[in-house]
Amino acid sequence: MTTLSIAQGRPPRRVGLGWAFFERQANLWKRYWAWEVVWLLYGVVNTLSITFIANEAAVSGVLSRREVSRLTMFLLVGTLVWAYLSAVLDDMSLTVMWERWEGTIEHTLMAPVPRVVHLVGMSAFGLLHALIRTVLILAFSLPFFNVQLAGADWLAAGAVVAVGSLSVVGLGIMAGTLPLLYPERGEQMSFMVQALVLLVSGVYYSVSVLPGWLQPASHLSPATYLLRGIRDALLNGAGIGNQAGLLGTLAIFGVVLVPLSLLAFGAAERWAKKTGRLKRQG
Amino acid sequence: MEMSFARRRPLPLEVQNVTKTFRVKRRPGLGPRSGRRGSLRTALEDVSFRAEEAEIYGILGANGSGKSTLVRILSTLLLPDRGAVHIFGYDAVTEAAAVRPLLNRVSVDPSFFKPMSALENLLFFGRAYGMTGPDIRRSSIEILDRLGLSRELAREPMLHLSRGQQQKVAVARAFLSSPRLMLLDEPTTGLDPRSKREVQSFVSEVRRGSGVTVLLTTHDMDEAETLCDRIGFLSSGRLVAEGTPLELRKQVAGARPLDEVTMETVFIEMTGRSIEEDEEESDLAPPGGRQRDPQEVPEAREAPREGRRT
Repeated sequence: MTTLSIAQGRPPRRVGLGWAFFERQANLWKRYWAWEVVWLLYGVVNTLSITFIANEAAVSGVLSRREVSRLTMFLLVGTLVWAYLSAVLDDMSLTVMWERWEGTIEHTLMAPVPRVVHLVGMSAFGLLHALIRTVLILAFSLPFFNVQLAGADWLAAGAVVAVGSLSVVGLGIMAGTLPLLYPERGEQMSFMVQALVLLVSGVYYSVSVLPGWLQPASHLSPATYLLRGIRDALLNGAGIGNQAGLLGTLAIFGVVLVPLSLLAFGAAERWAKKTGRLKRQG
Repeated sequence: MEMSFARRRPLPLEVQNVTKTFRVKRRPGLGPRSGRRGSLRTALEDVSFRAEEAEIYGILGANGSGKSTLVRILSTLLLPDRGAVHIFGYDAVTEAAAVRPLLNRVSVDPSFFKPMSALENLLFFGRAYGMTGPDIRRSSIEILDRLGLSRELAREPMLHLSRGQQQKVAVARAFLSSPRLMLLDEPTTGLDPRSKREVQSFVSEVRRGSGVTVLLTTHDMDEAETLCDRIGFLSSGRLVAEGTPLELRKQVAGARPLDEVTMETVFIEMTGRSIEEDEEESDLAPPGGRQRDPQEVPEAREAPREGRRT
């Protein structure tokens, strides 16, 4: 008879717990590469469709050539940042919903992985995935427009993305909480949250055009500062020194949002365990 | 009085007076009367038992009797309303982090990321238990070989595997982490006779070889009698009897010869109903009454991919 080398009671090694989630997401992504092509194509078309609005302004003579170039960059940054942000949020909520659908959520949550490691592992993949997709969208879209990037400070833009991504992780974990709380409607609810962020953050327009009563809401969205920082760096050449205050604000958002989202996820998990909502759905 | 300072070795599993009640909504949906508080359904009521080291303890009961609820509570996936569960001395509610590395579970429905292969799934779950890639690959192949699943199939997406093959991968996933307490929730339901025998003999072999303690829930009388050292009967959320198969037979035999008393007879006499009656009742239960557990309906489905975009 085969002697199985199952070393019962052997203490498990703790390395690579977070890597487990990163690798799993990568393996799922591999199986759905065709979907990835679809969303990349969609992202490029979406970016072109919105950014061509600037060309319309040029053709109709509403704006000067220089103003058109700025508007093009303004819209381009807006669509790209939104592509990045929504990809992370989608990844997180879709993964939790997917786990509920397949029934693996119970096995994942009973594994001896600290929740922070679990969620950070998922977020790390989400960030990288979103970053690659956004860079590809930029690469495919840029040849369609005549934009001046000579004065752009790419280092400062990179710093804003890096620091801002911390708060994006917080928002992503929050988005993942909703399908945990509401098995059937959670993902749709996360789209509603995204829609609110889209409305108040100045993605395709300055927040100053919002009605006065809505403008304070823009201060509560980290996307507002993320967009402002990147636009300042790319359109006005603002360096890291000039953006110290904004980087600080983004860092505070991250430092607050990440623990808050972990607490929210923990509370949602406890509630789901109390009410028996972790059972397979779908 | 002589005092003993030798601390008692903690039991693998000790369940004390566990009760769990669920609130069942009257109406689902978005209507004006939806989401009202609804009625209460008691899934487990004052359940107590303990399992010894290297024992296979069986819980025999029909669908809807509370078996899966019990396993979920032991798995730290459900919080009991009352009572306590101790696993190797750790409280399953307040010390869940200490409990989780010690146990694993096979559910009636083999839940996996279906687009991924068996090996990719095992790689993920193995890593989540702190194993390294080479260890996982080696152990996975070894266990799957033992269960009769070829290496070629192990590299196929799970979607391409039959229900029985998927369940074998689920058994491999559970034993991969070398648990000290294994929770088997109807692991052979829906399997063909050969696969069933393979899984049963694997469980027996691992128990003999590693001394793992097993809690097995089933509604298969023969399986319970063949595999289990002791059996508890769960009926409508209550543990109504407990003992070795022989003890249980003796309790109801009376003047009859023991070999004429089947486990089914014992179940009927101790619970007042046959397991099939219980199954029919639970299948037909109206909303608000006892319902069939969704996890007890095995079927292979493909998960939806992203379905929106602004």
